[in-house]
Amino acid sequence: MELLCPAGSVPALKAAIEHGADAVYVGLKDETNARHFAGLNLDQLKLAEAADYVHRHGRKLHVAINTFAHPQSWQRWQDAVDSAVKAGADALILADMAVLGYAAERYPKVERHLSVQASATNAAAIEFYRQYGVSRVVLPRVLSLQQVRALARSCSIDLEVFAFGSLCIMAEGRCYLSSYFTGESPNTAGACSPAAFVRWDEHDGQLESRLNGVLIDRFAPDETAGYPTLCKGRFDVDGERYHVLEEPTSLNTLSLLPELYKEGIVSLKIEGRQRSPAYVAQLTKVWRQAIDTLLQDPAHFEVAANWQQVLAGLSEGSQTTLGAYHRSWK
Amino acid sequence: MKFSLGPIQYFWPKAQVQQFYRQAADSAIDIVYLGETVCSKRRELKLDDYLQLAHMLREAGKQVCLSTMTLLEAPSELRELRRYCENGDFLVEANDVGAIQMLQEQGITFVCGPAISCYNQHALRRLVGMGLQRWVLPVELSEQWLRDLLSQSCIQDIRDCFQTELLAFGHLPLAWSGRCFTARSENRSKDQCELCCIKYPEGRTVTSQDGKQVFVLNGIQTQSGERYNLINQLPQMQGLVDIVRLSPQHEGTFDWLAKFKANLHGEAPQPLPGGDCNGYWLQLAGMAVG
Repeated sequence: MELLCPAGSVPALKAAIEHGADAVYVGLKDETNARHFAGLNLDQLKLAEAADYVHRHGRKLHVAINTFAHPQSWQRWQDAVDSAVKAGADALILADMAVLGYAAERYPKVERHLSVQASATNAAAIEFYRQYGVSRVVLPRVLSLQQVRALARSCSIDLEVFAFGSLCIMAEGRCYLSSYFTGESPNTAGACSPAAFVRWDEHDGQLESRLNGVLIDRFAPDETAGYPTLCKGRFDVDGERYHVLEEPTSLNTLSLLPELYKEGIVSLKIEGRQRSPAYVAQLTKVWRQAIDTLLQDPAHFEVAANWQQVLAGLSEGSQTTLGAYHRSWK
Repeated sequence: MKFSLGPIQYFWPKAQVQQFYRQAADSAIDIVYLGETVCSKRRELKLDDYLQLAHMLREAGKQVCLSTMTLLEAPSELRELRRYCENGDFLVEANDVGAIQMLQEQGITFVCGPAISCYNQHALRRLVGMGLQRWVLPVELSEQWLRDLLSQSCIQDIRDCFQTELLAFGHLPLAWSGRCFTARSENRSKDQCELCCIKYPEGRTVTSQDGKQVFVLNGIQTQSGERYNLINQLPQMQGLVDIVRLSPQHEGTFDWLAKFKANLHGEAPQPLPGGDCNGYWLQLAGMAVG
C-alpha cells in the first residue's frame, strides 16, 4: 500500500521523501494541473531535479497534468506530457481524453493514472478509460466505502483513494461552481475559488469573506475564519443559516485503513500540493507510521491518539470527517 | 437552428411530467430529451413510462432522445443505464462516460451531454470516432471557446459528422455530489430522504447572508442561483450552434420557447429579467450579466 504525498515545491518534495513517502506527485508551473496557484509547482528544471532526487531515494514521481486542454493552446498540454516524460516521471496523472490519448500513443511505456478530475465513479466509466491503457484510477471523493469496495471487487485495475486533506464534496472535474462565481474553472484554469478573487472586509466587528464580490461567510470574533472556498460558505435557505453544502473540514480516513487495505487499494493519496514543506513533513510522518503499523499486524490496527491529534491540528477548522466514505455523511 | 427541451431536472409528480410533455407535443419544440438525470431514487416514472411518452412525442413529430444519469455510483444504476442504452429505438444522451462505453460497445451513435468533459478538438474528434453525433457543450464554455474549437484544422474533415447543442435557458447544472443537499436542508440523511425533493418543483433557493441568490439545491445537484438566459445572443449563434436547449422550468417554459423563436435573428430582443444571467457565453463569470 503506497503512501503518495503532495509537493508544490522541491523543499516540500524533499520533506515528503525524508519522512517516508513512497511516491510524490507534483505539477508544472502552468494551467495544465489542478493546483495552478501563484508561486507553486515546478518548472522543467526543477522537475528534473525532483525526479533525480526521488529516484536516488528509490521512490516514485507522479506528474499531474489533469486539467482540460484549451482549443487554442493544446500544445501546452502536449508539452507538459513531453516535459514530464523527459524529466523521468514514473507516472502521469491525466484527465482529458485528448491528453490521455496523446500520452498513450506517444509514450505507451510511461504509466498513466486516471486523475480524479476525470470523475470515474463506476465500473463502466473505468472500462471506458481502459482504451487509453490507464493502469490506475484515482477514485472521486463522492463514493462511499461500500461503493469503493464494490469497485475494488469488480474491477481488475489498481485503485487509489484520497486518504487525507481538503475535501471536494462534488464529483471532481464536473464542478462548475468556481467558474460560475469567478469565470475561472478548476477544469480549464486549474484553481478552485482562486485567491485573486478573495476579499476580506471587517464590518461591525465581523470579518466577511467574499469571492468575486459574493459574500461567502461572516465570522464572529471568536470564530476561526476559513478560506472562502465557495462550497464551504454559510448561506441561507428559507431563513435558516448554515453550511448549506459542507462545513470547513478535512477528510481523514485513518480509521478506515484496515478496510482499505483489505480491499487491496494500492495507494493512499494525501491532498495538499498548495501546502508548506512543514505541513507535508508532519502529515507524511503520521501516515508513514500508520501504514507501517497496519502492515505489521493488519488485524489489530488501532489509530494512535497522537496521530489524530497531529492531523486535527493540520485540518481545516481543526475538524475532520470520513466524508462520503461513511454513508451518514451523505 | 433547432430548439430542444432538456431533461426535466427537478423531481415532479408523474401527472405533472405527463402534462408537461402533452404541452411539449403541442408546442413548436423540435427535439425532446426524456429521462431522470439527477437521482436514481426518483422513480415517479420508470423507463417504460418514458418510452410511452417518447412514442407519443414522436407521433407528434418530435425527435426524442433518452437522457441518462449523470453521477453513476451503484451497480444497480449501471444496470438501469444499460436498459436505456439498449432501448433499440431512441437516440441516447450520455451524461457519463460509462454510458458512452456501453453505447460504443453496441456500435450505437449518441449525444454527448453537457456533464462530459469534452473541452477541445482532440477530445471531440476522439468522441466522434466512438459514435458521437451531437455534442452538448459543457455549460461553462463561451462563444469564443466554441469558435476557437470549431476553427481548428484537425476537425474540419469531420465537421459534418456532428451537431452542436447549447444549454441556453434555465438554471444551470453546476455540480453533482455524493451528498443530497435537499435532504440536508431538511436535516435528513440521504438514506432517509423520503424523496423530499418532490416538494420543491423548482429546487430550493440558497441566498448569501446579504441576500444574493447563489445556488439552487436540487437533490445531489447544485444549480446556478441565477437563471441562464441567452435569448439575446441567438443571432450570434447562427452557424455555430445547431440546437438551442431550454431546460424545463416549473412555469413558463413554452412562453419562453415562443420568445426564443421570435428572436432567432434578433427581431424581438427581450430585456433580461432580474435574476437572469448570461455570463458564461460572454466569457465572464457564469453569474454575470454582459
